[in-house]
Amino acid sequence: MSGASMATGAPAAPAYRKVGSLRRERRWALIGAYAALAVFVVFFLLPPFHMLITSLKSSAEIADLSGNPWTVSRPTLENYWALLTHGSYPIHFRNSVIVTLCTVAITMLISIPAAFALARMRFWGSTVLATGVFLTYLVPETLLFIPLFQIIGGMGLYNNMWAMVLIYPTLTVPFCTWIMIGYFGSIPKELDEAALIDGANHFQMLWKIFIPVALPGILAATIFAFTVSWAQFLYPMAFLVSSDQMVLTTGIVSDLIRGDTFQWGMIMAGALLAALPPLLVYAFLMDYYIAGLTAGATKG
Amino acid sequence: MAQVSLRRLVKKYEGDVQAVKGIDLEIADHEFVVLVGPSGCGKSTTLRMIAGLEDITDGEIAIGGVVVNDIPPRDRDIAMVFQNYALYPHMTVFENMAFGLTLRRFPKDEIRRRVDNAARILDIGELLDRKPKALSGGQRQRVAMGRAIVRDPKVFLFDEPLSNLDAKLRVQMRTEIKKVHQTVKTTTVYVTHDQVEAMTLADRVVVMNNGIIEQVGPPQELYHNPTTKFVAGFIGSPAMNFIPARLENGAGALRLHLPEGIVLPVPPERTKRYAPHAGQEVLFGLRPEHLTEEKPTDKANIATFQVRPEVIEPMGMETLVHFWLQGTEVSARLDPAVPAEVGRPLTLAADMNRMHLIDPRTERVL
Repeated sequence: MSGASMATGAPAAPAYRKVGSLRRERRWALIGAYAALAVFVVFFLLPPFHMLITSLKSSAEIADLSGNPWTVSRPTLENYWALLTHGSYPIHFRNSVIVTLCTVAITMLISIPAAFALARMRFWGSTVLATGVFLTYLVPETLLFIPLFQIIGGMGLYNNMWAMVLIYPTLTVPFCTWIMIGYFGSIPKELDEAALIDGANHFQMLWKIFIPVALPGILAATIFAFTVSWAQFLYPMAFLVSSDQMVLTTGIVSDLIRGDTFQWGMIMAGALLAALPPLLVYAFLMDYYIAGLTAGATKG
Repeated sequence: MAQVSLRRLVKKYEGDVQAVKGIDLEIADHEFVVLVGPSGCGKSTTLRMIAGLEDITDGEIAIGGVVVNDIPPRDRDIAMVFQNYALYPHMTVFENMAFGLTLRRFPKDEIRRRVDNAARILDIGELLDRKPKALSGGQRQRVAMGRAIVRDPKVFLFDEPLSNLDAKLRVQMRTEIKKVHQTVKTTTVYVTHDQVEAMTLADRVVVMNNGIIEQVGPPQELYHNPTTKFVAGFIGSPAMNFIPARLENGAGALRLHLPEGIVLPVPPERTKRYAPHAGQEVLFGLRPEHLTEEKPTDKANIATFQVRPEVIEPMGMETLVHFWLQGTEVSARLDPAVPAEVGRPLTLAADMNRMHLIDPRTERVL
């Protein structure tokens, strides 16, 4: 039979029917992913692009409504130059750096030991306390700033940028503690038991084992604290009034907007420069940040 | 080097769950003791109490004659090897092994000497600069052992150290552990649920069940003379057969009446021991290796009977034959050359010299 079939050269009937195609499914999934990402990229990158274009325009070109807002005809760095050489922008920048670095340092100094204690040192009420820490983060700052205003005023720190160093940790410590509790909790218990038997006390265990092992989580928390402090608007708006005490977020809008006069070129240049430090921090720590966010997701 | 004493040791958890129910155990200097038992029997809890990783509810633990109940783990001079190795992932093998010595402020050249010595014993000299993630499971376990050895502690504690390894590596590491103990001779307490591991490694095996010690003794003693049904069933693989039987006295000789009309004579030298139980329902215990094919022998007290095999498992070096006597599964170990077939009558020989009788109420061996 088979010999006869071969002699006629007729194609053999397919043994089974093909159902669907993995390759086609994958192609469609990729097309969908690219489409969604394209929308995402346009949506999020257009504003910074518009800021960049505007910051490179002269005041006259910005005021010229007949021109295309997405192109620049005569690029200039005069906005950047004016910003950095005249006015208080460098002072605001310096204040932001000081407040942010201090906030990050204070946050880490409090959050790391707190998370270690809540994650590892079993004591009465530790679970409730851990939940309580997170709940404090859920209280909106718009509610908190009124009582905080009285506290800061009572401490004589009204219109003093160091007040921000005290206030910002109320936002950063609970969340950072919470995410580090999760991260520390994912470290195998045997690791601290091995350290205990090796002769470590709790401080040595934290310093020599937990911090190095949990570094991705700690860096994720650091980035969060940095971003929150750097971008905080409400508290400096409420507590800082004189230009020499202001941080970037409020300094830009208070110094570069006079009545109904908006210095758009300088505002955009200032905002772009202000976005640089978080970008740099993200760029250097992104790998750790991702590792920190996904820690404990898989067994390995 | 030191002896370890557990005196009326109790561990209770919240909700009055009693994991360890007042055990007493004396472990001699240089001795290798294995705690073995099923999950939840309290063996790991006992080990962790010795290590100081669990609080003691009641009783006493002494290491080298010093009661250590309230002494933290770092001051007990013990070293522990964990099931999942517990190597510090950010440190190299050298740093892992040296960590305990560094914390104790040993001079650098002494640390180097000890680490090199342990690395030589464990054959991990070329791994010292690697991080744990670059090691295989067996290598990681060696490093974990090395970390214990460099400390030169009074006591080694092993918590199921081979459970994460594949079967072949487990056998290899078992030999390594035995070799290391023969070299360093440190008092060792080893926890496992694997009775083969317990039998091959231990000077003495401690069989635990439900928070108590069922029996303590050298491996051969536990194998040949178990005192309870639990130990008889736990030690040995495949497990001992337990067949309901009635012990009858007839014409001055004791006989066991098994299900399906099988009658087996009790060896005369056991008559005095078992006579008080004549007329009682008992459990007849016989290991599969003592229930074999019929073969010419000049041994006394070999009783034969016929069965119909229901499952046959050829293992290569032996064949396991399973059959049921009124609902009780019975296994026999046959020479692989014996042509056993499912359903075909097969004559088996029971070595009654190796029989055990168990009181079904107390589950103690008579």
